[in-house]
This record gives sequence, C-alpha cells and structure tokens, in this order.
Amino acid sequence: MQSRFLLLFLIMAGLVVAFAPLPAPAVAPQARTFRIDARQYAYSPSELKVNQGDTVTLQLVSTDVVHGLYVDGYDVSVEADPGQSATLTFTANKSGSFRFRCNVTCGAMHPFMIGKLTVGTNNWLYRSVGLAFLAVVSVNLSLKQKA
Amino acid sequence: MAKIELTRSTFIKNALKSRYPQLKVFIVMLIGYIFAILAGLIGTPVGSHNFSIVFVWIAWWAILILVAVPFFGRGWCAVCPIPLPGEWLQRGAILNPPDKRPKWLNQRVPKMFRNIWMQNISFLLLALFSSVLLTTPNITGIVLAAMLFAAIGLSTVFERRAFCRYLCPVGGFIGLYSQTAPIELRIKYKQVCVKCEGKPCYNGSTNGYGCPWDVFPGGLTKNTYCGLCMECIRTCPHDNIAVNLRPFSADLAKPSTRMDEAFKAFIMLGSAMIYAGVLLGPWGMFKDAAYNVGSSAWFVYAIIFLAIIFVILPGFFTLGILNTKNVLPLKQRFASLSTALIPLGLMFWVAFSLSFVLTNASYILAALSDPLGLGWNLFGTANTAWRPMLTSILAPAQTLALVGGLIWSARTAQKAANEIRTSSISIIVFSFILTLVMLWLLL
Ligand code: SF4
Ligand code: SF4
Ligand code: SF4
Ligand SMILES: [Cu+2]
Repeated sequence: MQSRFLLLFLIMAGLVVAFAPLPAPAVAPQARTFRIDARQYAYSPSELKVNQGDTVTLQLVSTDVVHGLYVDGYDVSVEADPGQSATLTFTANKSGSFRFRCNVTCGAMHPFMIGKLTVGTNNWLYRSVGLAFLAVVSVNLSLKQKA
Repeated sequence: MAKIELTRSTFIKNALKSRYPQLKVFIVMLIGYIFAILAGLIGTPVGSHNFSIVFVWIAWWAILILVAVPFFGRGWCAVCPIPLPGEWLQRGAILNPPDKRPKWLNQRVPKMFRNIWMQNISFLLLALFSSVLLTTPNITGIVLAAMLFAAIGLSTVFERRAFCRYLCPVGGFIGLYSQTAPIELRIKYKQVCVKCEGKPCYNGSTNGYGCPWDVFPGGLTKNTYCGLCMECIRTCPHDNIAVNLRPFSADLAKPSTRMDEAFKAFIMLGSAMIYAGVLLGPWGMFKDAAYNVGSSAWFVYAIIFLAIIFVILPGFFTLGILNTKNVLPLKQRFASLSTALIPLGLMFWVAFSLSFVLTNASYILAALSDPLGLGWNLFGTANTAWRPMLTSILAPAQTLALVGGLIWSARTAQKAANEIRTSSISIIVFSFILTLVMLWLLL
C-alpha cells in the first residue's frame, strides 16, 4: 500500500517537473542581427542565443560552396550562393533549444553541418535533468522499501 | 514473470523449421546487400543521394537500433546476408545436403581468439573512420564488400561461422544488447538434453547442421552468442527447442564476468556519447578532425576517442567501486557491475539515432526512386525534398529514452550489486552523470 502511494507521488512529481508552466521572463523584445559564415562543414558562430519574442535576422554568408540554413522547430530556411550572402528574418516566439542545419547538399559531411539556436532558456533540458534526478531517487527509494 | 512459448503455435514453429521462408528473406537481403555494394562503388559520390549510404546508414540503422535489437535481440542476425555466401560455400549447399562431410579446412578457431576482443577492435576501427564511412558511398561499398569477403575467407579456413562469432563489428554489439530483448531461444527441459544421444543440435544430423554459432543450445543462458539461425529447431530430435517471449533484460540478472564483454559495454557507451557530441553538436572543429582521416587533428581525435573509452570512462567507473568492501577481486566486480551499462548504452544509442534518423529519413524516399543518384525516378519520389520529420516530439522522445535508460540501468545495477553483495550507489551515480552529459549534448 505504502509503496503504491510512493509510486503515485513520484509519477505526480515527474509530471509536474515535465509539464508545470513556467513564467516567461519579461524581457522587452529586440531586433537582433547575426552574421553567420558558412563553410564546409561548419557555421561560425555556431551557437546563437536570443530572447523569446526577439526578431532575429540571420545574414548567411557562404565562403566556399552553396550552403543553406534551416532552423529545426521553426521550419524556416535560407540559401546563400558561394561568396554571396542572404538573409532570413523570423520572430523567435518559441523558447527552447533548436538545431539549425545546412539544407543544401554541400559535400560529404553535409548532414552533420549543424549549429544551435537557444531562445530564452532551454527549459526542456532543465526539466529533463529534473526527471533524471527524480528517476534515480525513486529507484533508490524503491530499493529501501524492499530492504 | 512468466515466459510465453511462441513455438507452441504450430504456424510459427513450422515457419521457423522450414528452410524456405528464411531462404526467401535471405535472397532479398543478399540482393539488397550486393546492390548496396554496387551503388556505393558506381553510384553518385554524394552520400545523401546514394542507396548505399541512405539504406545502410539511415534505413537499416534505424530499424536495427530502434526496433530489431531492442525487441528481437539477434533477430537481425537471423536474416543477415553477410555470412551466407561463405556458409553456402562451406557447406557446399544452399539448403540441406545429405552429405555433411567438411569440404574445406574446417579448423577450430584458436583459443586466444575465442572471445570478442577482435570484434571490439573491428568496431573501434570502423568507429574511428565513421565520419568518412557514414558519408562516403565508395568507402561504405568497400567496407560492405570487405565484410562479405572476410566472411567467405573465414568460412573456408575455420569451421562454422567464425566471422560472426569473432570478427563481425556489428555482431559484437548486437550480441551485447540482445540480452535486453524480450525474446530468447532456449531448451525446454534440461533432462531431455542430458539423456540426448549424439547432441545433434551441436553436431548436426540429417535434418540440419550443428549450431553454426558454435553454441550448445542445451547450455544457453543468455542471448549473446545465439544467432537465432533456427538450425537447432530443425535438428533437435526431441522437439526440445523453444522460442520464448520473456521480460525485457532477463539475461542481465546473471551478470557477466568477462572483461571482453565488459569493455564492449564501455566501447558502445563511449561511442554513443562521442557521436552525439561530434556529429550532432555545433562544434565544427570536432567534425573537421573526425572527417580528415590521417591529419594530425584526426590523430588527436582518435587518441581522445580511445582515451574516453579505455581510460576515462572505465577509470571513473573503477574509482566508484574501488572502496566498496567485497571479497571478490576488483576485476570481477568491474565486469559484473558493468552489466548496468548495457541498458544505458542501448538507450544512449536510441536517443542519438532518433535525432539522426528523423532528421534524415526523407532521403529514403528520394533514394528509393533514384538509388544511384543518376537522375532516375523509379517510383516518382526522386524529388522528395529534404525535411526533418517529427521535430516537435524529438526532444521529449530523447528524454524518455535517456531517463528510461537511466532507470533501467539503475535497476540493473541494483540486481548486479545484489548478486555480488556490494553497493550499487556509485554505479547509479556514474550512470546519472553520464545521462546528464548525454541530455546536455542532445537537447
Ligand atoms: S554477426 Fe554480423 S555478419 Fe553475422 S549475422 Fe550478425 S550482423 Fe551478420
Ligand atoms: S538435440 Fe535437442 S534434446 Fe538433444 S541436446 Fe540438443 S537441444 Fe537437447
Ligand atoms: S543453432 Fe540454435 S543455438 Fe545455435 S545459433 Fe542457431 S538458433 Fe542459436
Ligand atoms: Cu550542406
């Protein structure tokens, strides 16, 4: 009986950690522009951070062959010819961490030409860490119960 | 928990006993495999448009690691085309000949090679070149062909499936992780085997061949080395072989004591983490180093790769168990407790592969219609645009896999620690920290 109660409690705690709404920090939205150089097989800079609500402009500059930039989760993209630049503007309304990746086949390692855009805080990572912690605690508690 | 004997169904049993259903699958697989070799060698050098890369490293890999291994264990080995030409040559037959005298050298594999160290090495060799292997059709074609010919070569020198047992880089980790699968092939009654004369399941009979995997079915306690080839179902005169549905990870209740198997767990765990960082991370420097095989950056990468697998991970793991008081020697504790890393590693691979596969699955449709990248359009899908699939559920699915793997690993650690009367806490902390690293790398 007691162990069932414990299990229920842990599942509830897990759900809270995974889904409880968090207050979005109130930061006035800004317009931000990044110049991103693309070469085989990397972006530079490859890690971008913006606040939720910001208007993000990416200026993609290809330094060798044709490259693209596709943002996971936002489903927006842009392509730049060699030596040229192209811009992409979108509103970063979803928070979290998103990969951006090349969407024009540009050579062997093309599928792994990847960068990372973080909008606001990467809450899902912290929630996942919380879940992992809860998991370890519950496994140990369930052992104590049996012992 | 109870087991359910699947072979009690006469339909399943007859399908497994007959050689024809399996042969049909074999032929399809072999044609696909040879086509992949040819596509790799003569098709377009652009990996994402070549059948060899797309079907081997995206489609096959996805099925293998997300479905076949977790649910069917060595199920892939039951239909794998790689050892077939060698095996047919070795037997001098494709089905079942009346005359079973050895046709070739039929040597026993030397004792020093009767472990999985060669498989550990062959896997690491491929792993160190993986950035090139995964992206270059030529190299994939050559490696696939080399495996086929190595299997043929070993079949003519040694008895049974020496390639599968001792060299195949894929077979090593399938065997390790097959212990977690909810399916097994075992005998029904020990007593029947004890009284059985001639042990045809191991020695062969007019009904079929002795175990090609050099396993005595009567002694099976774990899935690792049984290739689910179904020969023993055909040869056992006492109907004593069963294929059972069972709880997940049943084999892990009896921890291994072998160092080669323990290190296999570390190799797989470490590789999944390194790939997650190098291939899916945003750091171009690592990708350059991994891809430019032979450059000095690559040598540094190779050294770090091996150091993580052989020094850093086992080192911290050992530190964790050093102070636990126990009558058993450290080596044995190390091997037993590393069992906990088997489900952890499997789920690391699942989480890594989910991202890789969902992002690139749309290439499969295009490659189906234009397998050589020559501008064909066989099924009208050649122009399918690349687009990541299911991006919104990817992160939750990865968390589920990683946290689920952590729980599974912690439970396994408790059982393994119980078995040798020691504490599991340091192993659980070890798994927890690695899970955090993996979450950070992937999310
Ligand atoms: S061990 Fe390797 S070659 Fe043998 S059946 Fe399994 S995957 Fe195929
Ligand atoms: S042939 Fe059948 S009964 Fe005889 S030893 Fe093998 S599994 Fe047991
Ligand atoms: S003969 Fe039986 S025990 Fe041996 S590999 Fe085949 S299925 Fe497994
Ligand atoms: Cu590209």
